[in-house]
Amino acid sequence: MASFLLRRILIALLSIIGASIVLYAVLALAPGDVFGELVSNPGIPPDVIANMREKLGLDQPIHIRYVNWAMAMLQGDWGYSLVNRVDVGQLIVQRIPATLMVVGTAQILALAIALPVGVLAAMRPYSLFDQIASTLAFIGFSLPTFFTGLLFILLFSITLDWLPFIYRSDLEQTGGAWIWAQLRQSIMPVTVLALFQAASWTRYVRSSVLEVIKLDYVVTARSKGLPERVVILKHVLRNALIPVVTMVALELPVIFGGAIVTEQIFRVPGIGSLLISSIMANDTPVIMAVTFVFACLVILFNLIADLLYRWLDPRIKLQ
Amino acid sequence: MSVGPAAEPAAPTTWQRFRQHRMALVGTVVLGLLLTVVLLGPLIWSVPIDTIDFRARLALPSAAHPLGTDDLGQDLLARLLYGGRVSLAVGLCAMLVAVVIGTLIGAIAGMSRGPLDAFLMWVTDLFLALPTLPLLLLIIYLFRDALTGLVGPEVGVFVLIIAVVGGLRWMPVARLVRAQFLTIREREFVEAARALGASRLRQVVQHILPNALGPVIVVGTISVAEAIIAESTLSFLGLGFPPDTPTWGRILFDAKDFLSIAPHWALFPGLAIFLTVLSINFIGDGLRDALDPRKVR
Amino acid sequence: MKEQDIRGLIGRVKRGDMSRRDFVRRMVAAGLTAPVAGTMLAHNGVAFAQSAFDYTPTKAGGGGTVKLLQWQPASQLNPHFAVGSADQHAIYLFYEPLASWDEDGNLSPILAEELPSLENGGVAEDGTSVTWKLKRGVTWHDGTPFTADDCVFTAQFASDPETLAYTMGTYRDVEVEKIDDHTIRLNFRVPTPFWPDAFVGTRGLILPKHLYQDYPGAQATTAPMNLRPVGTGPFVIENFVPGDLISAKANPNYHVANRPYFDAIEMKGGGDAVSAARAVLQTGEYDFAWNLSVEDEILDSMTAGGRGEVRLIAGANIEHLQLNFTDPWTDVDGERSSITTEHPCFRDKAVREALALLVDRAAIAEFIYGRSGEATANFINTPDRFASKNTSWEFDIEKANQILDAAGWERGRGGIREKDGVKLSLVFQSPTAGQRQKTQTVVKQACEEAGIAMELKAVAPGIFFSADPGNPDTFAHFYCDIQMYTSPMREPDPGLFMQQFLSSEIAAKANNWQLRNVTRWRNDEFDELAAAAAVEMDPVKRAAMFIEMNDLVVGEVVVIPLIYRKVAAGMRTGLKAPLSTWTSYLWRVSDWHYDA
Repeated sequence: MASFLLRRILIALLSIIGASIVLYAVLALAPGDVFGELVSNPGIPPDVIANMREKLGLDQPIHIRYVNWAMAMLQGDWGYSLVNRVDVGQLIVQRIPATLMVVGTAQILALAIALPVGVLAAMRPYSLFDQIASTLAFIGFSLPTFFTGLLFILLFSITLDWLPFIYRSDLEQTGGAWIWAQLRQSIMPVTVLALFQAASWTRYVRSSVLEVIKLDYVVTARSKGLPERVVILKHVLRNALIPVVTMVALELPVIFGGAIVTEQIFRVPGIGSLLISSIMANDTPVIMAVTFVFACLVILFNLIADLLYRWLDPRIKLQ
Repeated sequence: MSVGPAAEPAAPTTWQRFRQHRMALVGTVVLGLLLTVVLLGPLIWSVPIDTIDFRARLALPSAAHPLGTDDLGQDLLARLLYGGRVSLAVGLCAMLVAVVIGTLIGAIAGMSRGPLDAFLMWVTDLFLALPTLPLLLLIIYLFRDALTGLVGPEVGVFVLIIAVVGGLRWMPVARLVRAQFLTIREREFVEAARALGASRLRQVVQHILPNALGPVIVVGTISVAEAIIAESTLSFLGLGFPPDTPTWGRILFDAKDFLSIAPHWALFPGLAIFLTVLSINFIGDGLRDALDPRKVR
Repeated sequence: MKEQDIRGLIGRVKRGDMSRRDFVRRMVAAGLTAPVAGTMLAHNGVAFAQSAFDYTPTKAGGGGTVKLLQWQPASQLNPHFAVGSADQHAIYLFYEPLASWDEDGNLSPILAEELPSLENGGVAEDGTSVTWKLKRGVTWHDGTPFTADDCVFTAQFASDPETLAYTMGTYRDVEVEKIDDHTIRLNFRVPTPFWPDAFVGTRGLILPKHLYQDYPGAQATTAPMNLRPVGTGPFVIENFVPGDLISAKANPNYHVANRPYFDAIEMKGGGDAVSAARAVLQTGEYDFAWNLSVEDEILDSMTAGGRGEVRLIAGANIEHLQLNFTDPWTDVDGERSSITTEHPCFRDKAVREALALLVDRAAIAEFIYGRSGEATANFINTPDRFASKNTSWEFDIEKANQILDAAGWERGRGGIREKDGVKLSLVFQSPTAGQRQKTQTVVKQACEEAGIAMELKAVAPGIFFSADPGNPDTFAHFYCDIQMYTSPMREPDPGLFMQQFLSSEIAAKANNWQLRNVTRWRNDEFDELAAAAAVEMDPVKRAAMFIEMNDLVVGEVVVIPLIYRKVAAGMRTGLKAPLSTWTSYLWRVSDWHYDA
């Protein structure tokens, strides 16, 4: 076990280095720079812009810029936003609360819906419950979030006038009123995201439970007269969870990555909106930092998923 | 449809089992209808997709425009029919690319213990860790001009989008297939086959793959929907098809701001995407059941 | 419009036969800017008027919190680092210039005691210096008095190449001399006909010396004031989250009596224009939203409830097509659109003229831009009797066909015209934005009816407007036949704007595509006019020259102007706010109020 763990961690470290190189190259080769409006503004002399490019080091060769970045990163220096002119770390830290609040809650909610609904649907396949759950799930992932979000706004904010549709990170209320305001402004973005996510997760859970439920040992367990609840929880779920764990491990880093479209619609100041505005402005240090943290999280969660496999099914031999 | 080749070995019984699945049959018929309408429709409804008529803008459905018009007065039926070809082709092809690459890599990794497995999973992790959006920007920027010069703007962008949307979605499939392989490999019937001296390829094709495909089909059918929607996001960023190509996702996107004053504009593309996703998923359901040798029902 | 026409108009304003606003409107329509029009009047004895804005509150405070939406959020708060207009707006809450432009091109003093003029001796006859008197009794938010030292310092700060200030161009040719604590003199290295630039408007915001002097040169980027500004403005920063939110409270020591009316202000960013409009006009969650480029029908349906209204503010932004005069499809030494080549189709003026006839400006203005757009014939959209006969516009597919037929462009296979083996097949690019792609579609359709094949291309704005020499999709590379965008003519002086047609400014590989002439059009007459205008001290003569230059550009179909764009602002019913497009819309945020 120890040697497996060691080797797996080594691979993960290699992945992180590889990812950072690929990311850096992609961003350096990608078109565009931060000067957006400046270059089309006739009031700014071209040599001023050329001077800025040079001072920001944008004219150096890629590998030198990469080494500079990596050395700074090792010392905990995240770099400096070219647009905001502040430390990237500071920018990211500002965005984390809203992201956790909205995207994190949505993911938990999605899991809380998908697990029971998926298991129940699989226990009685093609029952009325299963049909309804499946159809709702299909509706869920065939509508893009920009569309459902808008429907929600039109219904709950415009027509009914119940909920605000602009998310504020600095509510002035305190205590109970704060919780109430926070709840009101979170309902729509969280629901939109959770429904979209739950739709596909329900399908995964249902399908993997269906796979397992017919296996010999489950049939054996049943024939031994074990109560259905025990069969499902002890024998089915444990095995069915393997593919589910895979999918969830892949999706969890998204909590950090944010939800670009939903954040845009409800003006949630999360990491997703930071990423998209940085991409639009070509603010490379910020894009690099956000995507690199995201990459590290993906690799970390995959590592955890691999370890979980062993725990869920000791027969799996990973070498 | 996606798993046509894999379904072959057990063809007769599989088809019989598939037929029993009523919703899957309905799904097949609906998808068949959609494909027919989209392929043959433009021959019958020959209104051009881009005739601008400002006097008829945002018109409700009528005899002249059965599905109404958009804000430039362009005929929505003609646009939906044309866009359907593109959207369906993008969705299906991107899914195929993702499933084929993913299954291949996942299967190889799952069967070969040791360094090859580790290496393939490393590559998968690497791809997973890459951010889609900047990568898309780069790929399209690097290759668009070359491909457009070779095969024209629409086909060029089509190939690119398939490659990009499919090429960045195979990783979940690969990990899923590998995970399936890891467990199934150790099950009794595979061990039995192995004891009987079945070759590795035979173990995979006959015993492991059919049992591993269930979740893959689910991912595959979901990714059709994702690909159709992903295409609309690309258009939004100015990276997709030329702006005058009316794909379903794009029509839906253009229509969203007008939802409160011209709901028909958004309704029809939304419905088209929904029907496609629904039928493909039911077909997927049916296929999964049909492919499962131990299906009890 | 000739010099004597302009003088005639000025005479009418003097006699009171014509309103100042009408005069400014005529000049703007002729391709000039409101500030230039105002300067012309001032030079001829019609002083800048006090902005006509009725401020009713009789004491400061009591207005509660005013909530603003600006869907392009502010990213940082140092006025000299602002990369885009989003930052330039928000900064006006905290910092102030000596004077600023109102909607009608009036220069209003803000931190200046009075405006310099020829009469009071502030403006030198020969255009080499300007003397400003500063307002007394003004303090920074931290209580330190505002003096001439701050002005001198700001100019040093901006002109230091190490600082990387985008305002460097404004300050590097000016020497700022302190006469006494409340007087400065600006000495120009070359005679400068248009003097209200340094310390005026968006690029004139003044920084506190006592705080910024500790962060010289490259260190300026680390100054904490970039995120927590200390200015002289009507509001004091409370909280700033870059790209999301600014909140500020009223400055109790503001230097104008009874202002500001609002106790606090809050500015939220993000989202899109439609939902911003919704939050102001439909639900009233917010009081004000800037730059609502939203289709007419949608705005109408939102204002129907009566909670808010849309106000349009004129500026000089012109959406236009540019034609490439070089060949974008031939590679010469690693460079396309090289100046050594000629465009295979556009070298024939008939093609350019036909193209101009194929742009249905009226339909585009009415159906795509709605109330925020006005069809414009050209950069010189002179209404009524001043219309230049040579540059009036029409939309006529028939006539375009005739012109092309006459010029020998025959319809070939697929109905596409060709001549001497050259096909009339064009690629048309523009930065992504809903209205632009629709405009592209309208143009494409008309062109196809005239036998011109057209491929449309949309480029993400971040890529289109970038200075990256390695990126072929920028507007400066212009690696296609036609492109369309809006020149942000926020520049008060059209001299800078006109540089984009100079032969000496041709963008090319040799200058890393940093220069401004992207159409690569060359014309000696234009170059001579531009050279003369650069040293002409009489603003009226100078204006006439600009108009002549405009005529040339449009007459030769170098550009095809489409829409003269206005900025739409959404306001809660009852909100009173003096706005302007010549600086920030917040240029007099101290005066915003609700009527009691």
